[in-house]
Amino acid sequence: MDFFLQIMVNSIAIGSIYALIGLGFVIIYKASDVLNFAQGEFVMVGAFISFYLLTTFKIPFWLAILITAPAVALLGIFTEILVLRRMIGEPIFAVVMITIGLSEVLRNLMGIVCGPTDYVYPTIFSQSRVTIMKNVFLLPAQIWIIISAWLLVIVLLLFFNKTRVGLGMRTAASDQDVALLMGVSVKRVFSISWGIASAVGAISGVLLGNLTTVNIHMGHVGLVVFPAIILGGLDSIGGAIVGGIVMGVVEAFSGGYLDKALGGGIKEITAFVVLIGILMIKPHGLFGKPEIERV
Amino acid sequence: MPSGLYHTTYRSSIKRFQTFFVKFWFTLFVMGLIALPLLGFNYILSILINAGIAVIVVLGLNVLTGMTGLISIGHAAFVGIGAYASVILTTRLGMPYYLVFFCAGAIAALSGLIVGIPSLRLKGLYLAITTMAFQFIAQHVFLRWTSLTAGTAGLEVPPIRFGHWAFNTDVKMYYFVMLVVALAITGVSNLTRSRVGRAFVAIRDSYIAAEVMGVSLFRYKLLAFSLSAFYAGVAGSLLAHYSGFISPEGFYMELSIQYIAMIIVGGMGTVLGSIYGATFMTIIPEILRYITSKLGEDYPYFVSIFVYSKGLIFGLFILLFLIFEPDGFYGRWRKIKTYFRIWPYSY
Repeated sequence: MDFFLQIMVNSIAIGSIYALIGLGFVIIYKASDVLNFAQGEFVMVGAFISFYLLTTFKIPFWLAILITAPAVALLGIFTEILVLRRMIGEPIFAVVMITIGLSEVLRNLMGIVCGPTDYVYPTIFSQSRVTIMKNVFLLPAQIWIIISAWLLVIVLLLFFNKTRVGLGMRTAASDQDVALLMGVSVKRVFSISWGIASAVGAISGVLLGNLTTVNIHMGHVGLVVFPAIILGGLDSIGGAIVGGIVMGVVEAFSGGYLDKALGGGIKEITAFVVLIGILMIKPHGLFGKPEIERV
Repeated sequence: MPSGLYHTTYRSSIKRFQTFFVKFWFTLFVMGLIALPLLGFNYILSILINAGIAVIVVLGLNVLTGMTGLISIGHAAFVGIGAYASVILTTRLGMPYYLVFFCAGAIAALSGLIVGIPSLRLKGLYLAITTMAFQFIAQHVFLRWTSLTAGTAGLEVPPIRFGHWAFNTDVKMYYFVMLVVALAITGVSNLTRSRVGRAFVAIRDSYIAAEVMGVSLFRYKLLAFSLSAFYAGVAGSLLAHYSGFISPEGFYMELSIQYIAMIIVGGMGTVLGSIYGATFMTIIPEILRYITSKLGEDYPYFVSIFVYSKGLIFGLFILLFLIFEPDGFYGRWRKIKTYFRIWPYSY
């Protein structure tokens, strides 16, 4: 029972990070119907930038987040203006391929700048375990990750629901023509959505760096989050959060139990097997809206 | 269409080589290819063999993505399955190569069939994600099923043997690969002009209308997947026997992205486009390697970033071609030809 609870508790931290990364995907998809395969690379870039800031300037952790997020948001907006804006109206294959090409470019650029080595974060949080219940432990790093992730989710939900800009984005997401008629600049909505999504990705990267090593292949986590957002539904923010937590739990449990039973190595592909399962049964996810196709 | 060229029968309108000049230049080109080893450029031979293998894969990918419109981001998995199947059948079961050639393709085609089954329910983006998931699962199986694939240690591959005749030199492999490439090109270009090819294009352009008109989506989508996987499997087998050594790292997602870059750069949906794209994107890394080795004599830094520069160039090519020339080299060449053909009326 303790083992079960320990896995459950461990998975909440990684699940929260998955939820954040999934949020990044969903924000862009809701705004512009583009699935950004390069989101994992934004996570990686955020982790590298914060690693550089933390090791070279020895600034406190919250300051690193505050500097990394706008920097990567600028990168995201820059990408949107340079690359995505020219692809408005192109068939879906072209847009998917452009984001895949973008992820390739980002990953190899970081490879040229940083090289293939694994970098380890400096120890920011204390290493002593915190006991929640008898025999169930959490590292302070994990607790801070959970707190930061959920704080960010609440901030984003408030932004989308209570501010005028958020209202404009929701309008543009549901009907672009009406949004244009009401005076919402849809082009600006696209840029803002890319900026927010990349900033969220960067913050996830900063948090993720505490749990794993920082290297250029961190972007793979973006692809591991796909099952989470498909489970939740590609255009549902709540779905991304639920999906992220569920996938974190599923992955942790498959690692804890199936790895022992089947001899290791199942954990990595559990996510993808689950993905195929969800796609076969309910491709639009739990909370997504099914597309109606017309001839 | 050049002026003075009129078709009076259906048969003449679907001919591959429609004018005398095309036939002339094509014959010259083929004679040049055949004569190339005799002129002694051995390094070029190895580039051409790799290009030929890429052409076969991209032809298959073109059937799937260009003609039928089913996005596949996981094609390297099929190449890997063909490669491993071919190696295991030759080394462990001792099958003769003329059987292994088709069996490797058939095993890859079977896996293509399996990947194709979700395609009946999923469209566009979701299908792309499914093929990507399959790529990761295949990668993982290559890495972990060590009893079959020896994992990261890789497998040594003997050269192709037909009886006593072993294809163990570049020149012999060159002729063999060129023969297979010629057969593959003939097959795909026949496919495009046949009923099956038209069914594929109908599925790409408007699948609901195609189904209404009697094109069985079920059958043709599965056929597209298996056919393209067959091509990939055959190419994988050739790749394995040419390289002499295969390991799971050679069939990762990067390779899938490279194949997609080839098809985008060459021009989607056309046979010539896939040939252009595959040869061009095989030659570019060689040029890059030459440049980095030259620069590396003075600045060794460049050698260490060679892998990343190669990936960067592939990614940049995808971005630039998709933004500026979505029809690839084939489209650009056709526009140039048309410009001069209707000059001075090209406005």
